[in-house]
Amino acid sequence: MLPRNLQPDQFKGYPPQARKLAVANLAAFQQLPLSFLPSLLREVIEYDFKFPAERAAIDNELSHLSSLSSAQIADWFHSFSRLSLSSELEHLDWINRPAQFVEQESAYLWTTHQLDAFRQAATDYGDRLRSTLPAGPLPMRRLGIAVIGQGVASYDTALFRNLRAQGTYFRQVKPDNGLGLLFDEVEARAKSHPVPYGHWYVDGGQAARQSPSLTNVCYQALEPVRANLLKFMQAEIARPGMGPEELRSSLARLLPSDLGMDKAGDAVLDRFQVKLFTEGSGTQIFSTTFAQWTTREALRRAQPLTLLVRFAPRQRQKPMNELLFSTNANPEMDLAGSLVDADMASYYHWINQQRLPGAEQSSFLVWFEGHNQALVIAPSLPRGVQSDSPMDLKALLSLATS
Amino acid sequence: MEPSSFREAYMTQVAGMGALSPREVACRLGRSRRDFLREAAGMALGASLMGGSPFVRAATAVKKRKVIVITFGGGARDQETFAPEGQINIPHMIGELIPQSSFFTQVTNHGILGHYVATASLATGVYETLNNFSAVPPEHPTIFEYFRKDLKRPVSDAWVVAPSNGFNRIGESECRSYGSGLGARVVLPKHLLSAAASGSNADYGHLLHDNYETPLYAPQIGGGEFELKQLDTILKLSVDDFMAHARTLSSPDELSVYITKQLMRRESPSLLWITMHDIDVAHSGAYSLYIDAIRRTDRLCAELWKAVQEEPEYAGNTTLLILPDFGRDADQDSGGNGFQHHRTGDPASRTTWMMALGAGVRPGVVYDSPIQSIDLVPSIGAIMGFSAAQSQGKPIKELL
Repeated sequence: MLPRNLQPDQFKGYPPQARKLAVANLAAFQQLPLSFLPSLLREVIEYDFKFPAERAAIDNELSHLSSLSSAQIADWFHSFSRLSLSSELEHLDWINRPAQFVEQESAYLWTTHQLDAFRQAATDYGDRLRSTLPAGPLPMRRLGIAVIGQGVASYDTALFRNLRAQGTYFRQVKPDNGLGLLFDEVEARAKSHPVPYGHWYVDGGQAARQSPSLTNVCYQALEPVRANLLKFMQAEIARPGMGPEELRSSLARLLPSDLGMDKAGDAVLDRFQVKLFTEGSGTQIFSTTFAQWTTREALRRAQPLTLLVRFAPRQRQKPMNELLFSTNANPEMDLAGSLVDADMASYYHWINQQRLPGAEQSSFLVWFEGHNQALVIAPSLPRGVQSDSPMDLKALLSLATS
Repeated sequence: MEPSSFREAYMTQVAGMGALSPREVACRLGRSRRDFLREAAGMALGASLMGGSPFVRAATAVKKRKVIVITFGGGARDQETFAPEGQINIPHMIGELIPQSSFFTQVTNHGILGHYVATASLATGVYETLNNFSAVPPEHPTIFEYFRKDLKRPVSDAWVVAPSNGFNRIGESECRSYGSGLGARVVLPKHLLSAAASGSNADYGHLLHDNYETPLYAPQIGGGEFELKQLDTILKLSVDDFMAHARTLSSPDELSVYITKQLMRRESPSLLWITMHDIDVAHSGAYSLYIDAIRRTDRLCAELWKAVQEEPEYAGNTTLLILPDFGRDADQDSGGNGFQHHRTGDPASRTTWMMALGAGVRPGVVYDSPIQSIDLVPSIGAIMGFSAAQSQGKPIKELL
């Protein structure tokens, strides 16, 4: 099966909005190379469960592709067309199972030493698409906040080392009510610009505050989901013939209801949360990894205007089998290790935020919780300097957003 | 490559961080290693020293020549090792090993970036395409087969100490003209421990970490009569002594080094290959554990080199080669998640380094010229006097 043979009824297995979208863009799909199309369909088939920012991106991309002439499509995709795929890949059900196709295509490209060519083709396509479809202005400047080091009494090693060249390091921060001041600012932003999925609070432990104006994702609240997932994995691993790739495929098929999530919940957010566990690596065992990956995925997919992440201590390292299958409700914690994890994660938070539109105007604040160290990156602040001015978190936020 | 990476690769570069071509990035990685080593360790630039071969000068030792290869632990990046901010993590390599070594700043791996398949590629000198997660032999002859067949060496003269389940077939290929009976013996220390503990691993769990590359899948460690026999007849270790020592160790790689030392003492193989793996804990996403593992691996490499000097069979006639199988993804590559994986195929994950020290090696020299990881096997072949006939790599002239 090749894209040129696509017919409308082949999308009948898609959710309603995805099906409508696919059929409307069928003519464009028919002209795209097989090395590219399934990766696009992987997004389209999930359209009904995508965040608004993702839907807008898909809409714009499809609208643009449909506006191109055949000659233009040939020009845009000639690098993808040059990639050679196997007949086995052609015979896969890439219409209804595009994610599985992409996984196998990836393995094939590695094996046949075509991965570098694919990378180049993908990068060139992304650059060209971005220059063709420039992002509009944001309703407000983007703000990222990372709170790290919960529970750590003292720490002598330098923090924020990767970020210091990008912003101003404050070492006389007044920590009083710091968390509360951060929440107040995040909630105020959400109320002034109530964009759906536009303002997030991610916690690697127990939520410090539940705010209906925010999109909340908390590790502790998802404990029943995580426990169900680990049980599922335990059963799957025990099955004869099971291997890492088979396990990955079976995890990818899990839905929120399979893991006991409330059917009356937010379908988009529930799917997002399930994917954090089924597609992330290490999110199932370490809360710091969960918080980092959630932040990354929220930024990549929902493109929020505000994202506050608070890291919590993770459990100490143990053998993988114990980490995956232990029922210990009170595992030993690794406070210092968690701080190191979160310090690096805050760097990745900033990097991922800088990939989004409006990066030149965005701001970022990272604070060592309960202590007097913080770093702020903002267009108005000098880079690579430190400040001994005493100020509280509210004043720092004011600097970040002014 | 992580499936989701496909479209993430379309994402933009990080604002404020300019885009470089893969070749430019690889060159920069090599150059930064060179500049650092010249400044910190006072090493000379290799190009100015090309001339007579140190191996020719050391020709009298050829009969006894031994080679040890260490693959440096599952991929480590520059910023956590040889970049200025990473030096704190490798004090032993910087202070003890680098001054004695020839250092190659730009080693690229153009193959599949999975640990088993990449290690198999290192061992065959061909970019293997086997399934990374299957216990299958390499398609092409391994270095151990070339070595044993050409030099007519006994099976006891080539050993592999490997970290996990998947590596138990790495000693011998499926190539008809080599293959069966001509490979290396493979010892899997975790299997030894599991067998010695008779399945009761409660006290040794920290030494049995396995398969970090797929942390979602944690198969049980095997081990039985065969492993117990290895323990007794080859390593000459009683179960009680082995178990008692294991209690003092903190990681699987420490266990591997302990077994390696026993092998050196009891069997004195001429070709010894140790695959470290602790660093691959990075796949769990915990940066602190990744850093801890780099520091441990750094210490273990120095410990092993010290053991070489202390063993009469090895002192003075051993060449040690240390190299990662590949790197890890760059922080700025949108297709990956930084240090956590090696799935993008970006220059940071493909470009790494190699250190050679000991017999026949010019100490304190940095070589900038690009080499490939598959050049290792023909280079060792040239050093030891065997032909890596089917290897696709080339002997590294700076080592000849």
